[in-house]
Amino acid sequence: MIMPEIQKQRIIEYIKEKKRFDGRKPDEHRKIEVKLGISNKADGSCSVKFGDTEVYAGIKMDAMEPYPDSPDEGTMVTSAELSPIASPDFESGPPRIDAIELARIIDRGIRESGFIDFKKLCIKEGEKVWQVNLDVYAVNDNGNLIDAASLAALIALANAKMPEYDEENEKVKFGEMTDNPIPLNKDAMAFNITFHKIGNEIIVDPNKEEEEISEWRLSVAVADNKGEPRISAMQKGKESAVSEEEMEKILNLVEDKYKKMIPKIKKMVWGK
Amino acid sequence: MTEKSKYIKRADGRKFDEIREIEAKVGIIPNADGSAMFKTGGTIAIAAVFGPRTLHPQHMQNPEKGILRVNYGMMPFSVSERIRPGPNRRSQEISKVTEWALTPIIDLEGYPNTVVDVFIQIPQADAGTRVAGINAAVMALAQAGVPMKEMASAVSIGKLDKTLVVDLNKEEEDFDEGEGSTDIPICILSKSKKISLLQLDGKISIKELKEVIELAKKATEKIHEIQVKTLKEVGK
Repeated sequence: MIMPEIQKQRIIEYIKEKKRFDGRKPDEHRKIEVKLGISNKADGSCSVKFGDTEVYAGIKMDAMEPYPDSPDEGTMVTSAELSPIASPDFESGPPRIDAIELARIIDRGIRESGFIDFKKLCIKEGEKVWQVNLDVYAVNDNGNLIDAASLAALIALANAKMPEYDEENEKVKFGEMTDNPIPLNKDAMAFNITFHKIGNEIIVDPNKEEEEISEWRLSVAVADNKGEPRISAMQKGKESAVSEEEMEKILNLVEDKYKKMIPKIKKMVWGK
Repeated sequence: MTEKSKYIKRADGRKFDEIREIEAKVGIIPNADGSAMFKTGGTIAIAAVFGPRTLHPQHMQNPEKGILRVNYGMMPFSVSERIRPGPNRRSQEISKVTEWALTPIIDLEGYPNTVVDVFIQIPQADAGTRVAGINAAVMALAQAGVPMKEMASAVSIGKLDKTLVVDLNKEEEDFDEGEGSTDIPICILSKSKKISLLQLDGKISIKELKEVIELAKKATEKIHEIQVKTLKEVGK
């Protein structure tokens, strides 16, 4: 996206007065909307909207050979597609670095928090384990795909059902579902908040224009550890560096946003 | 119409010439110049249109008129067994035949050196994804304000053993008794009634094929009505 310098300056001037073009405060998210079951062929699926940024997430389970270093643990593969359907800035073709980074941030947030109980995804030690295939598709990009996609991933996982497994032929019976959910550690659920620096201010949930002009971004995956926030993954992006002062400010913001958002996020993920 | 086809019972209770329930929506992707969702039974297609915009690479540009470019793809979780994301031979062929199906309806004479990009994605598949994609794409093109000579609607006609049925679902597509299942996706233009997509795989007689085209005409008229009605609702 190419943005006129004057518009960039305007956004920065506004932010100085803690104002944004769409009327939000710097630390305010857009309206989050969730729709479950966007694909009945997926084992779990949903759409998540942050304002008019929209992401689809879908889960497909499969059975594979385990990795040699963890013979009794299931595996997960996360893919993200920045499909050209979502923005004139995206092009067809193999995933570029943006999509690869997006998938890896989502993957780490889930994996490192211990949200999925990989030990319970073992079918036969050393021979067969379940593989969680998590696919995330951008449908409309108006900024902050990272947070929308990672929330969509949590919701799709929490609402997924395991398919039947044919033990005799050691194959998954695709399309035949059990009532069993994917084994998850509910308490370990971590959701992502990405902070951006614009001018001298730190904002959350940027739209496309804000995202474009921010100096750096810092994504923080935060889980609920008995009422206290616990960080399970982080990623700093873009070329500028974060000062010590800014880091402290972010950590305070994490605590604040976490307290405000965790009940809402839990409701979106678990439906209650 | 063969006598037998009138009495066929379909697993989902439809009459032989009955299309699945349709849901359509226009303007689902704000970033696009035009966009639409078309759902028929268990198949969902979403389409987005960008352009006319300058075509890159430059050597592909046509100085006489703009061109249409279609990109069709299935989401990995859209079918029972996950498919790898990204293009494959099937999706590339469908992209091309969809491009050919849509090219006759648009008029890009006034837009030299440009491209109209149509992106079609399938989040949920239960047969007939290419025709659902075309139906969504036509609505998206109309919403984008791309100059159009007429509209187009597509449907898949099937032959189960010796019986003709309209708008196959996956179960019917996999039918393997007698002569098996023949799948015939057809796209018919709204005014000229020309056929802009026709594929067939299976076995069929000439007499039956004539019936197929009649059935497709009737079914696409119904689909056309829904497309027009949905477009008229935009902005209301």
